[in-house]
Amino acid sequence: MLEIDPQLCTGCGVCEDNCAFGAISVVNGLAQVKEQCTLCGNCVDNCEAGALLIEQGEAAVKVNPADYAGVWIYAEFRHGEIAPVAFELLGIGRRLAAARGVQLAAVLMGYDLQDKAQELIWHGADEVFQLDDPGLKDFTDEAYGNVLAHLIKEHKPEIVLAGATAIGRSFIPQVATSMGAGLTADCTDLAIGEDGNLLQTRPAFGGNIMATIVCPDTRPQMATVRPMVMTALPPDKGRQGVVHKLDAGAFNLAARVKVLASVITAPDKVKLAEAEIVVAGGRGLESAKGFALLNELADLLGGSVAASRAVVDAGWIDYPYQVGQTGKTVAPKLYICCGISGAIQHLVGMQSSEVIVAINKDPAAPIFAIATYGIVGDLFEVLPRLITELKNRTL
Amino acid sequence: MKIIVCLKQVPDAKNVRLDPKTNTMSREGVKSIMNPFDEHALEEAVRLAAEYGGSVTALSMGPPQAGEMLRGAVACGADAAVLVSDRAFAGADTWATTYTLARAVITLGGADLIICGKQAIDGDTAQVGPGLAGRLDLAYASCIKKVQEVKDGVIIAQRMMDDGYDELEIPLPALFTVVKEINEPRIASLKGKMKAKKVEIKVLDAAGIGADPKLLGLAGSPTKVDKVFAPEARGERTMLTGTVAGQVTQLVEKLEAVLNA
Amino acid sequence: MIVEVAQQITNEKVIPCRAELDETEEFPREILREIAKADLAGLYIAEEYGGYGGGVFDMVLAMEQFARGCVGVATSFAASALGAYPIILSGSREIKQKYLPPLASGDKLAAFALTEANAGSDASGIQTTAVLDGDEWVLNGTKQWITNGGEANFYSVIAITNPEKGARGASMFVIEDTDPGFSYGHKEKKLGIRASATRELIFKDCRIPRDRMIGRQGSGFITVMKTIDRSRPGIAVLGVGLAQGALDEAVKYAKQRIQFKKPIISFQAVQHLLADMAIETEAARALVYAVAAHIDAHPNNMSKASSMCKVFASDVAMRVTTNAVQVLGGYGYMRDYPVEKMMRDAKILQIYEGTNQIQRNVVGQELNKEYN
Repeated sequence: MLEIDPQLCTGCGVCEDNCAFGAISVVNGLAQVKEQCTLCGNCVDNCEAGALLIEQGEAAVKVNPADYAGVWIYAEFRHGEIAPVAFELLGIGRRLAAARGVQLAAVLMGYDLQDKAQELIWHGADEVFQLDDPGLKDFTDEAYGNVLAHLIKEHKPEIVLAGATAIGRSFIPQVATSMGAGLTADCTDLAIGEDGNLLQTRPAFGGNIMATIVCPDTRPQMATVRPMVMTALPPDKGRQGVVHKLDAGAFNLAARVKVLASVITAPDKVKLAEAEIVVAGGRGLESAKGFALLNELADLLGGSVAASRAVVDAGWIDYPYQVGQTGKTVAPKLYICCGISGAIQHLVGMQSSEVIVAINKDPAAPIFAIATYGIVGDLFEVLPRLITELKNRTL
Repeated sequence: MKIIVCLKQVPDAKNVRLDPKTNTMSREGVKSIMNPFDEHALEEAVRLAAEYGGSVTALSMGPPQAGEMLRGAVACGADAAVLVSDRAFAGADTWATTYTLARAVITLGGADLIICGKQAIDGDTAQVGPGLAGRLDLAYASCIKKVQEVKDGVIIAQRMMDDGYDELEIPLPALFTVVKEINEPRIASLKGKMKAKKVEIKVLDAAGIGADPKLLGLAGSPTKVDKVFAPEARGERTMLTGTVAGQVTQLVEKLEAVLNA
Repeated sequence: MIVEVAQQITNEKVIPCRAELDETEEFPREILREIAKADLAGLYIAEEYGGYGGGVFDMVLAMEQFARGCVGVATSFAASALGAYPIILSGSREIKQKYLPPLASGDKLAAFALTEANAGSDASGIQTTAVLDGDEWVLNGTKQWITNGGEANFYSVIAITNPEKGARGASMFVIEDTDPGFSYGHKEKKLGIRASATRELIFKDCRIPRDRMIGRQGSGFITVMKTIDRSRPGIAVLGVGLAQGALDEAVKYAKQRIQFKKPIISFQAVQHLLADMAIETEAARALVYAVAAHIDAHPNNMSKASSMCKVFASDVAMRVTTNAVQVLGGYGYMRDYPVEKMMRDAKILQIYEGTNQIQRNVVGQELNKEYN
């Protein structure tokens, strides 16, 4: 609980101003806490009078951090390929390993892995723990989770990172729970703090605030990392590393859930998360027909179309195209929003795009607050002209 | 089939607006709602109970106000509602939350099936479902987009993946999380609302679920918030002006610079 | 509670598809199913027949919400209730047992068939006949402009059973859509309420069992009068809901539309227009609510009050929607915004269920009686 010492509180209101949750208000010269308090501690840090205190209590689960060493990444492998996020994890993993002065290892599991482990070494891994077995052909939370948990228990890495993909977000939480380890989801920044702990930064409350999370008393420190946020190192084919080919007999690969079939449906165009250029439409398109214009522009630029939640809910376009809090997160080079007002829910999914162009009728639309270039105007006038002009230029 | 559906009360993101000056969110007049993914979990629970027989208990951990949300769940078809509420739970991360929920499920005598939303829109961690399954040692699958059938103690369902879907056979007892494609949540009916008005919401505190106080709330959370800060404002912002034709020409020039970079 | 449920259906199911329904003239079957799933289909039907047991006031509350979203949808809902009222008011237990539960569950839809080519405001011009032949009634004639025609599963139809007796020679029957000799004619294309279906019913030696008569032989007109006395506040409230919807759109637009560097709501000319719209809408609502409550309390003395509220609220709806278009200016005239549809929809409220001129006659005649 957040305690306020009435003797020390000066009623200055700094805590009220600093609370992102509106959970403190100063009444009659004294700060008061409301239900919304999430115990984030921001107010405690900012209180000059030292009047605020969060009773931390004694951590129940404690391990000795010194027993753990090394940075691990989980290299996701599905349908014959390593997921691009694995290389991004190696990129950040290298930096963390250097800061800690430890080795960087990758865990690669699946079936028919061929020499994919080599790619991980080229991208920065010092070691690869590889388990190639028919029992891992299909992804099951249980088998994959057992293998990873088993390896963590055996080798005691201090940090374990995985991509915040469907697979990573599905089985990593169970591994963390079984280890009694903390897990921070969907991180956008990772660094090593002065005390050697992993500083895990992630957007919270729909991207309105950023929170840095630490796990001082438990190991390993686990995090899933948003794809497309970290930068992969260029492959160095001369890099040397060790591949540990593990014996499946040592692991429990049994899974209660059985995969009966694995179906690939997403057409290439919906690979939104990887697109470099995204043309997104919102309510301003007025109807499903409005997407014809967007498709034309996207095709011209070699990009993908996307949509706000409102138009997906209205059934104008399918859910795989939805960008935002309840849809996909993208970070392309160029994001063009057409007729999107810029509700928080949407901004969260695209605000890390390099360049944002907004076209909207309403000059007060919040989207303009984050747009690199803004045009106040009717998209049905602007887009056809833009398409014509782009065509002329490329010719 | 005894089904428990886990629900979370969250601030309605639709009403949260970013204050462009301070870059913090303005929560004025922000309502609390049922986490949208959980609405789909509830609908699926009610649908499965109706089709295959069984009961649905709505379970939430939260402040006393979450009771209203649970009434809403009863209005939409849940048979009973349980709120686990205690000041000791405050500041819980997903690890402490799954412990608390697991204790609550055990106190309620377990379940054949537990359904959760994929994630909550305030935290977006997507960890409580899998973590809870782990603690209760249940068969588990995430992101279910369709339940094809339930028979002979197994569920045949489709799990959404990044590139398509997997068809799964999940033996009961199990826990799965759902994505919004799975169904369309119903609107509470008149009779449902009348039932919800009268229903007694069972409230359990930390002692009521037999929880070890050390494992609850902030103290029981391995993850600690180190600091909270406003995201950096985006760099340069330019509003293009002039005629439509002029604006488009300026934009094309800027785009060329971006695309050729 | 009724308002909450109806409001949610309107916001989530009606408003998102009203423009498309208007464009395609498609019957809102999906929405009616949603209404039924929320237990509102049987709002006005007694609990013993599977309904909620609500009165006119309850209906008014629900229909106000539907009309705020789309009068075409609200009309389709109301028309089914209109088809059910003759059974509720005059039907035998057996007939109620047979027809009301499927209406309450939403499995079936009803409609009311009075109007003919030569019998509009003057109901005595009815030419459809029903002749008893053994154990069967045989109907011949054509009904015109029947709301829910072609969509409903059964119809409350008035026909002449004794031409000599004039007004006392008419009786009501339930006709099912599968009855032999019953078919649908032309489907109308309308100015507004285009989501609702309006169609001809053709009876050509249509034979139905004797027990399908609603009430006694010769009581048809009394049943019709009782029915429309109860349904008129329902039509009136469509005007209230519609006016509210138009006002909402107009205020929203006026706050956001910038002219001369200011939102147009800051101009007094616009403010006064909006203020009058709000005042009239509120006055209409107050009158309709009062009349609905009066009817529930005094079911035998309602003609004048129910005519008054129908006239007033439908005239208000026409004015408010017209002014909403005015506030939105050029945009208001375009189909991209909902107000032009609202204005088209409003017109029917002054015409159907007795034109506003006929309603004024009723009020006038009642005044004449009262002051004797």
